[in-house]
Amino acid sequence: MAVHGQATLKSELRRVERGRNLRALALVAPALLFVVLGFVVPIALTLYKGVENRELVRSMPLVTAALRQWDGKGLPAEAVYAALAEDLKQGFTQRTLGPAGRRLNLEITGFVSLLQSSGRQLAQRQETPVSYAALMAEIDRRWAEPRIWAAMKRAAAPLTDFYFLYAFDLQRDERNEIVNVPEERRLYVDILLRSLWISLCVTAICLAIAYPMAITMTSMRQPLANIALTLVLLPFWTSVLVRTAAWVVLLQREGLVNGTLLALGLVSAPESLIFNRFGVIVALSHVLLPYMVLTLYAVMKGVDPQYVRAARSLGADPWQAFRRVYLPQTMPGVGAGCLLVFILAIGSYVTPALVGGRHDQMIAYFIAFNVNQTVNWGLAAALSTFLLAVVLALYPLYGRLAGIDRLRAS
Amino acid sequence: MAARHAPAERAARGVTYALGVLGLAFLVAPILVIIPLSFNAESFFSYPMPGVSLRWYEKIAQSDAWRRALRNSLIVGLATTVIATLVGGLAALGLSRLRSRMRAVLVGVLISPMIIPGVIIALALFLFFSPLGLAGNLPGIIVAHTILGIPFVVITLTAALVNFDTNLMRAAASLGAGPITAYRRIMVPLMTPALVSSALFVFVTSFDEFIVTSFLAGPEQYTLPIQMWSGVHDDVTPTILAAATLFILASILLLVSVEVLRRRSERLAGRVGVKA
Repeated sequence: MAVHGQATLKSELRRVERGRNLRALALVAPALLFVVLGFVVPIALTLYKGVENRELVRSMPLVTAALRQWDGKGLPAEAVYAALAEDLKQGFTQRTLGPAGRRLNLEITGFVSLLQSSGRQLAQRQETPVSYAALMAEIDRRWAEPRIWAAMKRAAAPLTDFYFLYAFDLQRDERNEIVNVPEERRLYVDILLRSLWISLCVTAICLAIAYPMAITMTSMRQPLANIALTLVLLPFWTSVLVRTAAWVVLLQREGLVNGTLLALGLVSAPESLIFNRFGVIVALSHVLLPYMVLTLYAVMKGVDPQYVRAARSLGADPWQAFRRVYLPQTMPGVGAGCLLVFILAIGSYVTPALVGGRHDQMIAYFIAFNVNQTVNWGLAAALSTFLLAVVLALYPLYGRLAGIDRLRAS
Repeated sequence: MAARHAPAERAARGVTYALGVLGLAFLVAPILVIIPLSFNAESFFSYPMPGVSLRWYEKIAQSDAWRRALRNSLIVGLATTVIATLVGGLAALGLSRLRSRMRAVLVGVLISPMIIPGVIIALALFLFFSPLGLAGNLPGIIVAHTILGIPFVVITLTAALVNFDTNLMRAAASLGAGPITAYRRIMVPLMTPALVSSALFVFVTSFDEFIVTSFLAGPEQYTLPIQMWSGVHDDVTPTILAAATLFILASILLLVSVEVLRRRSERLAGRVGVKA
């Protein structure tokens, strides 16, 4: 009887708990709906664009189906040529060759005009040829080249690694092996390395400037400490665009910095301080500095000064006391601050775009560039995946060091 | 022993202090130094200034483009603040009551827009919103900003609710208050500072947001940051500095309000004995 009563009590409690959780979930639901539908789903779909390969199957369905049967060695059989001729003829008269042409043009330049001119010539012919392979080679000799067909085969697959390879300056050759792209087309490895390097420099500079700042702020008495904190928070609350605009004004040829240097006689002619790597690193360090200072300050405030005093009274010199006692206690702050600044730096767009030159743009710029200028969404998605992978790999480390809710500590 | 170390230590302290003050100067000087230049009578950017004038401010006030940008920014900012604070506030309330392992997952999902680089969000929303008719109009931008604002509300209010002493509600109930009265008289007043400061966070986030907006906005939907961007991008004129100065004034205003609220909420917390 007692056992039975306990069991009902337990299930009753569980029922109450479940009801409570359901009501709580109902409160979370609207926000969740916003974020999942408006954010998680779009991001997933975008990343999928990096492997999506649907252009050919859409505008040239017959030859795509035939190519999927083909083993990809040498030249395909007559049936594939027949399917190609039919697709080109249809595609030309219905003007649907565009997407396929643009996709194939990424593999081999000249494909857009190859498809168009072949389609035009096929549309003018009425008779059925003896051999489609011979006819196509007669229309354009390139249809007898294995590399053209290897490119067609790659574009016919359901998914592609083309964009991801492209993002690392790699491509597949006609034997389907991964090779480097020609020297003059290499771009993205340089951009990825440059982005990592700029972010590392900015992180190091922020740490070097912020560490003594945070120590100073911790040792200040009121109301000085509060004034200092306000001075750190002011740029934090000021738009990145405003801060970047300030740097454009300061660093330009006739700007304040050059004017001061000239007046002091330190330089004889204006230096170029902007639209180069120097400008990007200075401006970006300035933009991200408050994050480092606030993270370090939060940790340093919790360090008990007694430990350093104890170390000193036990005979440690100031340097030893700092290095062996104080520094280790601030390491979580150093780690969290560096990760945060690095994460924010590597994804930054506004500052490099406004104060950098052509060779100082970072990944984010090229993601936007491939969306707005070249309309190569696959490549933009592949670059986004790389950027996202870096951020998501570092973020859990940051979360462990800082606790997520400190991200915008004020 | 200590006496031997003293000069070295004093020197080290002095150097650290000097570096710290220099760091503060590096942080603030670039922002402050452009403010006077916005009152320059001539259109160049170095001191000494030949004269003082308000002509660049007049130019902004008379510019249709800037006025439209201000209107758009205010519409988007206010709508975003209302929606994100409401939706995020409910979520924070729900999260604080959830006793389940799902809590960590849900928090992770809800704050993810804050972690992911803006350009990826911009690309994703552009591709996803365009076919839905949410590109090239203000509602699309409001939805996007709401998604970006929810994390701040969830974080700020969850932290405040964790510190909220539920015994206060029980005390109210034991003294005869119904649940609605208890909410209205106990919870809402205690949560108001956190609610207002998260609303301010959302407003600032929306007001400063550039990249996502630039992917979604047509020329008719230009907001202040986009207007600012095109100015800096093409050619920096003193008009841009006047706009920047107004931005800085707005930031100071917001910073002060948040600070006042924080102190108020600390005082409130102290008065009713909630652990800070």
